[in-house]
Amino acid sequence: MITVEELTKRYGAHTSVDRVSFQAQPGSVTGFLGPNGAGKSTTMRMMTGLTPPSAGRSTILGVPYARLPNPGRHVGVLLDASAQHNGRTGREVLRLGATVMGLPRRRVDDMLETVGLSGSEGDRRVGNYSLGMRQRLGIAHALLGDPPVLILDEPANGLDPAGIHWMRGLLRGFADRGGTVLLSSHLLHEIEVIADHLVVIGRGVIVADASKADLLAAAGTVVRALDPVALARCLDAAGYSYDALPGDAFVVDATAEQIAGAAAVRGVIVTELRSADGAGLEDLFLQLTADDSREKVSA
Amino acid sequence: MTTTTQPPLFRPAALPDPGVAAVPFGRLLRVELRKLVDTRAGFWLLTAIGLITVAVVVVFLFVADADQLTYLNFVGATATPQSILLPVLGILAVTAEWSQRTGLVTFTLEPSRLRVAVAKLAAVVLVGLLAVLVALGVAALGNLAGSLLMDGDGSWAFEVANVRDFFVLQLLGVVQGFAFGMLLMSSAAAIVLYYVVPIAWTALFSMVGALADAAPWLDLNTAIAPAFDQQTFQGDDWAHIAVTATIWVVVPFVLGLVRLLRREVKSG
Repeated sequence: MITVEELTKRYGAHTSVDRVSFQAQPGSVTGFLGPNGAGKSTTMRMMTGLTPPSAGRSTILGVPYARLPNPGRHVGVLLDASAQHNGRTGREVLRLGATVMGLPRRRVDDMLETVGLSGSEGDRRVGNYSLGMRQRLGIAHALLGDPPVLILDEPANGLDPAGIHWMRGLLRGFADRGGTVLLSSHLLHEIEVIADHLVVIGRGVIVADASKADLLAAAGTVVRALDPVALARCLDAAGYSYDALPGDAFVVDATAEQIAGAAAVRGVIVTELRSADGAGLEDLFLQLTADDSREKVSA
Repeated sequence: MTTTTQPPLFRPAALPDPGVAAVPFGRLLRVELRKLVDTRAGFWLLTAIGLITVAVVVVFLFVADADQLTYLNFVGATATPQSILLPVLGILAVTAEWSQRTGLVTFTLEPSRLRVAVAKLAAVVLVGLLAVLVALGVAALGNLAGSLLMDGDGSWAFEVANVRDFFVLQLLGVVQGFAFGMLLMSSAAAIVLYYVVPIAWTALFSMVGALADAAPWLDLNTAIAPAFDQQTFQGDDWAHIAVTATIWVVVPFVLGLVRLLRREVKSG
C-alpha cells in the first residue's frame, strides 16, 4: 500500500509537482502514466526520501519512507537502471545490496537467475551491460529483499519485446500474490496491458485516477454502419454524444448495448461495434496530457 | 478508490513487517569498506598507494647516504606519497555516489544520510590507518635491508610522538579529502581543487613577504611542514594545526555535511 497526499515540489517559481495525491493498493498494479517531464520521477523521488517535498507527504505501508526500518526489505525501488557504478559487476551490485539488507549470499544468485543474468553475465561489469540488462539488474535489486511493495520508474525502457513480456508476467505474479506495484511509463501501451489502475499526470498535476476498466468505459464505444448518416440520426435521437472517426465510424459515449438498441429501433445495419479501448485510451491520454489540458477529468 | 476483486493468495502486508530491524551500523560500514575496493578505480588507488610506498622505500635505500638509513627517515620517506594519495580515497568515497549516481541506491537502502556519511568516514579512516601501518612495516623492512645490505646506520630510535604525528598527518589529509568530496560532490572538481587551492595558497604566502608570519596560522601546508622536517609536532605546531585545520578541514567538513544531508539525490 502506497499513499501519496498533496505532494508538491517547487523549484523557484516553477512548480514541477503540484498537490499530487493517489493510492496504490495491495494486490494490484498501478500504472503511473505521463509524458516526459510531467513530474513522475520527481514524485517517485519524493516518495522514496531522495527529494525533500515542498509540501505534502507520502507513506509506504502506512509509514513515511525515512521511518521504514531496513527499507529494502519493505519496498523495492528502481529509479534509474543506469545509476550504477560502471566498474562493478552485476553480481557485486547485488552483493552490496544484500549486505545492507542482511540477506544470505544465495539470494544474490537466486535473483540473478530470476532476471536472466545467470552465469557469466552476472560477472561482467555493468559498464558493458546493455540498457535492457541494466533494467534486469535493477529489477533484481528491487526484488532482492523480497519486499511487499515495488516502486519502478520506467522499468520497461530498453527491454526488448520478450523482456517486456517477461516483466509483465513477473509483476502480474507479484501483484496476484498480494504485492503492491507502482510503475511509471510515458508510453500508454506499455502499461495498459498490465496495470489494473491508472494514475495519469500531466505538467505536475494528476489529470486522471481510475481503474483501467473505468477509463476504458469512459473512452466510449466505436460503432460503424452501412449508412453513417442514418446511424448519426439514431445516436442523436437517443441523445448520445459522439465524435466522428475516420472511415465513417463514430466513437460514442454509450455502451455497446445502448448503441445496438438505438440502431435496432430504426433498423440501421451495424457492421462494427466494440469498446474503444486501446485507441480510445490513447486519445484520452493524449488529450489529458496535452499542454493546455490542466483540468482534472473525472473518469 | 476501487479495490481489486481478485482475492489475494495471502493477506497483504498492511504494515511494515515488525520482524525487520533497522540496518545495524556494522553492515553499513562493511558495505562502505567493500565499495572502496570493489571498483577498478578504488582497487588501483589502494594498489598504487601500496606499490608507491614500497617504491619510495627502495629508492631511499639506494640514494640516501649510509648514515641517513634510519627507521625514522624511512618512515619519513613514505609520508609524502601517502599524504598525496590517501586524500583521493576520501574524495572518491563520497563523490562516486554522485558522479556514478549510485546515491540513488545507497540512500534508498539507508535513508539516514548521516549514518551513511559516518559509515563512509569510518571506512576511509580505517583504510587510512591501515595504509599508515603498512608504511610503518615497509619502512621497518627498508631499515633492516639498509643495515644488512647497505651498511646503513640502522637505528631504530623513534618516539611515540613520531608515530602519533605520522597518523595525525595522514588522517588529517584523508578527512580533508572527504570534506572536499562532500562539499563539491564531483570527483574531478574535488580532486582538482584539493590539490590546486592549497598549492596556490602556499605560493601566495611564500611570495608575499608580509604574509610570512601569518602562514603557519592560515596555510595548512606550512602548519604541517614540521612533520616532514622534524618528524614530529611540537609546542606551537599544535596551535597552528588546530587553527589551519579548522579553516581547511573542519569548515569544509561541516559545510559539506550540511550539503550532503540536504541535497536532492537525482539521476541525471
